[in-house]
Amino acid sequence: MAQKIKSEISSICRVKLPIGETLHIKRNRISPDGSATTGLKRIGIVTGIHGDELEGQYVCYEVLRRIKEHPECLAGIVDVYPAMNPMGIDSMTRGIPGFDLDMNRIFPGSGDGAMTEYVAHKIMEELSGADLVVDIHASNIYLTEIPQIRINELHCDTLVPLARHMNVDFVWVHASSTVLESTLAYSLNSTGTPTLVVEAGVGMRITKAYGEQLADGLMHTMKALGIWQGAVNAVREPIVDGSADGVVFFNAPKAGIFVPEAKHWTTLSAGDLVGRIVNPLTGEVLSEITTPARGILFTIREYPVVDEGSLVGRLLKR
Amino acid sequence: MKINFHRANLCLRPNSQVHQEWGNILEKKIIYELNALYREPMQVVGYEFGTGEKSVCVVGSMRGNEVQQMFVCSRLIERLKQLEARQEIMAGKSILVIPCVNLYSMNIGKRFWSTDNTDINRMFPGYDMGETTQRIAAGVFSAIKEYDIGIQFASNYMPGRFLPHIRMMQTGFEDIETAKKFAFPYVVTRNTRPFDTTTLNYNWQIWETRAFSIYTTDTDEIDRKSAADAVKAIERLLHEEGIVRSAVNGGYHYQSQVLCDDNLLSVRCKEAGIYENRAGIGEEVSEGQLLAVITNPFEGTVLEELRAPADGTVFFQHKAPLIYADTAAVKLVCFSARK
Repeated sequence: MAQKIKSEISSICRVKLPIGETLHIKRNRISPDGSATTGLKRIGIVTGIHGDELEGQYVCYEVLRRIKEHPECLAGIVDVYPAMNPMGIDSMTRGIPGFDLDMNRIFPGSGDGAMTEYVAHKIMEELSGADLVVDIHASNIYLTEIPQIRINELHCDTLVPLARHMNVDFVWVHASSTVLESTLAYSLNSTGTPTLVVEAGVGMRITKAYGEQLADGLMHTMKALGIWQGAVNAVREPIVDGSADGVVFFNAPKAGIFVPEAKHWTTLSAGDLVGRIVNPLTGEVLSEITTPARGILFTIREYPVVDEGSLVGRLLKR
Repeated sequence: MKINFHRANLCLRPNSQVHQEWGNILEKKIIYELNALYREPMQVVGYEFGTGEKSVCVVGSMRGNEVQQMFVCSRLIERLKQLEARQEIMAGKSILVIPCVNLYSMNIGKRFWSTDNTDINRMFPGYDMGETTQRIAAGVFSAIKEYDIGIQFASNYMPGRFLPHIRMMQTGFEDIETAKKFAFPYVVTRNTRPFDTTTLNYNWQIWETRAFSIYTTDTDEIDRKSAADAVKAIERLLHEEGIVRSAVNGGYHYQSQVLCDDNLLSVRCKEAGIYENRAGIGEEVSEGQLLAVITNPFEGTVLEELRAPADGTVFFQHKAPLIYADTAAVKLVCFSARK
């Protein structure tokens, strides 16, 4: 008889709201039924810290669906947290509504501060000690990203080997920045809980192909950790880049409407056109953005309106 | 036409405009300009008083809701016009006041940058080839980083009212003795947090400017009393530093007490609902005294009474009519506080 699994939905944090409602941050804990959970490996799949990033919603659904399809293959604990910022998701708000605050800039939080800091503190308590946490983001509403993992250089020795299982196209090892020290991933990594940050797709949308790709990666990663014993799809070998000048940023030199010309995740040669900034009032081309080097366009602007300086793309030099 | 000779001989920098006001020459210059597709260019303007070494720079609102911060600067500019007209500003000293950095967001009632919701005060020292708010920060910082003293009218993300005070981050460069010259009741120092490293105050300190953040009572509403006190406090500092000739009448005359986070006692609520303060900002309260009540929003019944856990002074209080549970609703200055 096939092994059964246990699914326990609970709140990891509750905060009373002023008018007849309580905020719940929910977790679905999936574990093998009938066996003690002590000693089992644990993975936390986190998403929705930014309320406008929805790609992770499909990933959570798809991973749970696959586990439920073959419950006999589960050998560890899978904690799924699809909405760390539930009010943000509900109201199409990136930050925490009511505070206009980026939730991913307040970790590790505090038990003594505002409600927001208290929530961050409870999330840290909850996730600490997991064998791996995967925090799934979806860029923002302005940019589309190829599925990638971003790793602070301080933690690359631990995290790059794990990231290779995740079926992403690109692993970007970036320089340390004090600002990023207030993220969930940094706070967990610096206190001994390995945490991968995934960026994929674009805000306010679901890109099903990317969701499938990341679900494949999560199943593969869980198998590597001993949490999953079933069959998994092969994963791609990511490009791993940590060079200081490996990425070219394209910032809009003029305000206007950005019209992309290059396709996302294609290789461009030096001098190729990435896109144009045009003025719909006058019919003029205000600027043509070309690449200074050969490389792969891994970020492209989705939202057409640009200010001077707005990011319109990133190129991985190759 | 009455013109101060030392100003008349001034060689104006590019982007400077000359205005005749108060029988004097007022220099209003464009600190940074950003072009937009469908809006007029955003011009960050600064008002310069006196000539010579870069003595003091004052920055007002950087967020779209910081109306009080801009208002205080307008009062200060008005006062500095008077002082310059009376030749009270010492020769060889200059003062720059930038009342508003984020005009676009103020005009649409949005707190952060109008397009991408980023915070200019998390972008310093800026990057002139980077994203929009990095460019604004870089443009502003290049104009203000060489001042001896930097003053920013700041705001907190928690919706509340403060007892006016000077706040400083502990970077190793903080200058508490100069902070006391404002004569505010309190100078508050606090540990630097990771995201502080991209604030104006932090970067001023790193560039060896003596930097101070001033919190007046309000942010998104005008509070004339605390604005007037802040103007007096700056004028007092200018006199103490030998930048303005005459001593100041009125305003604060405190020997400032220096606080750290441990001296602020948080009074947290367990309930959520309609929130009403029962003590005033700056009020001396006794242990057990009622500070605020939270009532059921439908039935009016009292859900929670917040009382002072010790004798102290009301330093911060929540201001919005609704409150979440688990919120630090009141903070008391309490020298026996234990966190």
